[in-house]
Amino acid sequence: MEYKLSFKEYHKALMKNKLMGLKCKECGTVTCPPQMSCSSCTGFDLDVTELSGKGKITTYTTVYVAAEGRESEAPYIIVLVELEEGPWIMGNLYDLDPSRASLDLIGRPVQMGTRIFPGDKYSDGPAARPAFRFAD
Amino acid sequence: MRKVAIVGTGHTDFMSDAPKTEVEMFCEAGTEAMQEASVVPKDIQALYCGNVFGDFAEGQGMIQSYIANELGCHHVPATRFEGACASATLAIRDAFMWVASGFYDVVLVGGTEKATAMGTPLATRTFAMGSDAKYEFPAGITFPAYFALLANLYAYKYEVAMERLREQMSMISVQSHFYGTKNPHAQFKHKEITMDQVSKGFVVASPLRLLDCCPFSDGAAVLVLASEEKAKQLTDKPVYITGIGQASSPKMSAQAPFLPRIRARELSVKQAYDMAGIGPEDIDLCELHDCFSIASIIAAENMGFAENGKGGELWEKGETKIDGKIPINISGGLKAKGHPIGATGASQTCEVVRQLRGDMAAEGRQVEGAKTGLVDTLGGDGIISNLILQTGV
Repeated sequence: MEYKLSFKEYHKALMKNKLMGLKCKECGTVTCPPQMSCSSCTGFDLDVTELSGKGKITTYTTVYVAAEGRESEAPYIIVLVELEEGPWIMGNLYDLDPSRASLDLIGRPVQMGTRIFPGDKYSDGPAARPAFRFAD
Repeated sequence: MRKVAIVGTGHTDFMSDAPKTEVEMFCEAGTEAMQEASVVPKDIQALYCGNVFGDFAEGQGMIQSYIANELGCHHVPATRFEGACASATLAIRDAFMWVASGFYDVVLVGGTEKATAMGTPLATRTFAMGSDAKYEFPAGITFPAYFALLANLYAYKYEVAMERLREQMSMISVQSHFYGTKNPHAQFKHKEITMDQVSKGFVVASPLRLLDCCPFSDGAAVLVLASEEKAKQLTDKPVYITGIGQASSPKMSAQAPFLPRIRARELSVKQAYDMAGIGPEDIDLCELHDCFSIASIIAAENMGFAENGKGGELWEKGETKIDGKIPINISGGLKAKGHPIGATGASQTCEVVRQLRGDMAAEGRQVEGAKTGLVDTLGGDGIISNLILQTGV
């Protein structure tokens, strides 16, 4: 069975600031990032759908020790965001000095943009990543 | 299904910059386990080995075949298990099933790893391979970051003030280092630490500081498993594997309905409890996967030792100490004993077996009267395996 929304297609859309996901025809659950089966009912009958990119921060951390090749990015903030359509996704928050991140961030509304991870010798090419800014 | 016992244990010193190769460390622990079990290479019918980063650390893949040969177990089927930090526990679980099924009577199972050979930047990169490479690594997720995200979510969701959670996390590291000083194999056998040192260490990923994190480590641990009939011929102190569990998780963001609970652990440990016919109240000691201080709190809750949001109170009240209600990580845990990832599950199991046999009095860390122990190992952001070990059953 072919993927309804492959990593490559998801990535291509994300490069254009468009967040794509999958809506289950059986149970209505939206799955994002995409995968073969519905994250809720495991059905395969899925429609590709565009998401708003709006959501709220559910948790965060400021990373000071980065992986090899990414040291110059640190410190940076990682957030998990609960999207309006339901799913959570992982991304970065660039709207704040990383040293000032605190629990007050949880619940803050955000809007998605995009930055690129150019890839390293272990990754199969570049990957766009959600980069959030405050929406309040 | 037949009963399966652990009849031999071997454990190298855990350390940084080990002078030995991964094969050598496995074979040293392996021969110790075989001698303890009174078996020789021709008795071993199959070999199972946890090893995660041999490819990166030494440029060595397919290590299991060379281990079998070097040990003198010529041409036996040898299989490598890769489940990140849970690799060896997966290997033990599978070894259990092969013996329980009647296919084999005696097998050798363990793990080996030389993580410090990679150095911290590469090790941080390779450990991050235990997260989703396409959808989450691009955001810069690291292993400390995964548990840092959980720590902040935990504080928010369960309304535990960060100052209090911070103090609980420090207590966990202090306790682990205290028991680590009593374990002659521990990486930090000479290093006790204070609450103040933990709370003043540099931040790795907020709110986690250096001493909230386990070290990178080198080492190996190996066990001999045997059928009940064979075990009775080999030892008068068999320790039986009476419950096993294993479960998988999706990428971190897709665990949203449950976080900061790790649902896979709740399912895995239930399989093990149900199989053994016991519950959390029956566990006399537990070696749990304390890769980070907050991970101990979450693990204790997932396994039913405390309500969600109250796991840290176990350490506050001293219930996790050697004479407490549920002694946890009396080995020093991953934090102080060390965490050579492919070996960790075998090390935890080795530790519980020796406690249940009553071997730890000489080291001053025997959990008195322990009959039932629980092993808990977490790989990456969500492969979990649990084992229940019992004596006198």
